[in-house]
Amino acid sequence: MSKRIDVSDLNVYYGDFLAVEDVNITLDAKSVTAFIGPSGCGKSTFLRTLNRMHEVIPGARVEGKVLLDGDNLYADGVDPVTVRSQIGMVFQRPNPFPTMSIRDNVLAGVKLNSRRMPKSDADALVEKSLQGANLWNEVKDRLDKPGSGLSGGQQQRLCIARAIAVSPDVILMDEPCSALDPISTLAIEDLINELKDEYTVVIVTHNMQQAARVSDKTAFFNIAGTGKPGKLIEFAETATIFNNPGQKSTEDYVSGRFG
Amino acid sequence: MATLMTERKRSALTRGRLPKYTPYAIAVSAVIVAAALMALAGFNVFGWAFLAAVLFVVGNVSSSAIVEGRRKATDKLATSLVLGAFLVALLPLISVIWTVLVNGVPGLITPGFLGSSMNGVTGAVDNASVANHTPVMGGVYHALMGSVLITLWATLISVPVGLLTAIYLVEYSDGNKFSKVITFLVDVMTGIPSIVAGLFAAAFFAMILGPGTKTGFVAAVALSVLMIPVVVRSSEEMLKIVPNELREAAYALGVRKWRTIMKVVIPTAISGIASGVTLAIARVIGETAPLLVTAGFATTINTNVFAGWMASLPTFIYTQIMTPTSPSNPDPSTQRAWAAALLLIILVMLLNLGARLVARIFAPKTGR
Repeated sequence: MSKRIDVSDLNVYYGDFLAVEDVNITLDAKSVTAFIGPSGCGKSTFLRTLNRMHEVIPGARVEGKVLLDGDNLYADGVDPVTVRSQIGMVFQRPNPFPTMSIRDNVLAGVKLNSRRMPKSDADALVEKSLQGANLWNEVKDRLDKPGSGLSGGQQQRLCIARAIAVSPDVILMDEPCSALDPISTLAIEDLINELKDEYTVVIVTHNMQQAARVSDKTAFFNIAGTGKPGKLIEFAETATIFNNPGQKSTEDYVSGRFG
Repeated sequence: MATLMTERKRSALTRGRLPKYTPYAIAVSAVIVAAALMALAGFNVFGWAFLAAVLFVVGNVSSSAIVEGRRKATDKLATSLVLGAFLVALLPLISVIWTVLVNGVPGLITPGFLGSSMNGVTGAVDNASVANHTPVMGGVYHALMGSVLITLWATLISVPVGLLTAIYLVEYSDGNKFSKVITFLVDVMTGIPSIVAGLFAAAFFAMILGPGTKTGFVAAVALSVLMIPVVVRSSEEMLKIVPNELREAAYALGVRKWRTIMKVVIPTAISGIASGVTLAIARVIGETAPLLVTAGFATTINTNVFAGWMASLPTFIYTQIMTPTSPSNPDPSTQRAWAAALLLIILVMLLNLGARLVARIFAPKTGR
């Protein structure tokens, strides 16, 4: 399953501070969309509004609409927990649960919600999710060992396996490779390419080569200055953004003249 | 090819250095000189040790200042001060443990001391045991049971209240006014004199059950007043250091907040919480004043905390010393008091060891 996301007139606030202003964007189903832009321009903030993780921060709020296949995430009576079970997230730093084994980490979405699952189904889900995250062969002999004993790249893939185990429609990735070495980065990028067959993937990255390699479409965010809100400057096919951008600031950014 | 430079006889990078044995030599001579000086002024061990220490520090620092330079000398002075402060702090502890061991072991190894109560042990019994040189009768079983039961009930009250308060403060309050008030009051509670906690419990139960209500449960309530702030504080610190990333990871999987707290936050912090609770128990098990006014004194075994007076180790020690069973022969009572004191110290020590063990058992496992 995968669903598209339509964002219209979205303003994101921290308290009274307007962090991201007036975003209109459509993220296609079964595609990879990359968000690029300088630090502090609101990419991550915007990404977190897509599964209502933004409001976990005290004082944070949102105006506008985010439609998941036509359902507004911010409509009255929408339970953020339901939203998050359909839109998964992978964070910048790998964060496996330290008290759980590799297997339990993969099953965390099931176990933490106390859903009952026969052992054979659970085993199948663990194998399927770990294979989906290209981690199965590395950990199949030590599923009962703690997840924190893995290397950084393996931990990050474990977190991806954990996210896809709850079979979401969309996967959000907030700089998933920024803490990883080039080899682990390559493994994750390959994985993103496979994931888009089944999921809608949105990735925030500081690495423009990465955006060019993995994404179908790219959105460039920028900020006018400190204290000003971040804005979506340009959103187009990745090839267009990198080869023939429509805006001067996009061209400056992707060619490395600033930022 | 460049020729190798030969090593210089006296390196320009080093300074004068005292031989390794210098401090020991200075120490020995300081001890001898101090002994000689004390012999002139009238010898006592304490003065001798003090004078020897001062002489050693002066000798060590000044010799270093002359040969090794100012920096090394300052280093030695600071080392001496730190070490001296440490020894001064350690002295009372060692003295207490030594005194209690010497006075308590004979009573503790008397047959029946751990297994019997003071029921039927009267002044006549003590007089007889002194006159006939037979072992001292009577024991602490009733007091030990009382201490354990009262502390157990205090823990049963304090842990849920304290842990839930800490969860509210860390997970739900968002640092609002109410939480600041709670934090302030918890800090105030930490400083409440224990006798006040005892008076509170006594007055509270006098109000609802009638004056003079003294049971183990009243004592447990008094102790929990002392214990709750400790549990709140330690649990709060432990919950605070659980990384926010773990909470966000759970939320992002569509897990509800209370489930996240129950299944991710608390398991991650459980080792710290459990050892904090154990230390809180160790802190209240030796409380005397609140028990005097809430549990009363008993010489018989009472395992029902809801009815009747109850003995405890601290009050047992107090009564044995202040009102010996046999006023004409207080020695058996004194022996029992020291033995009970030793038992109490052993209990506290075991609880501290238990806290370490608990922390290790519950700590998140690592390994590949």
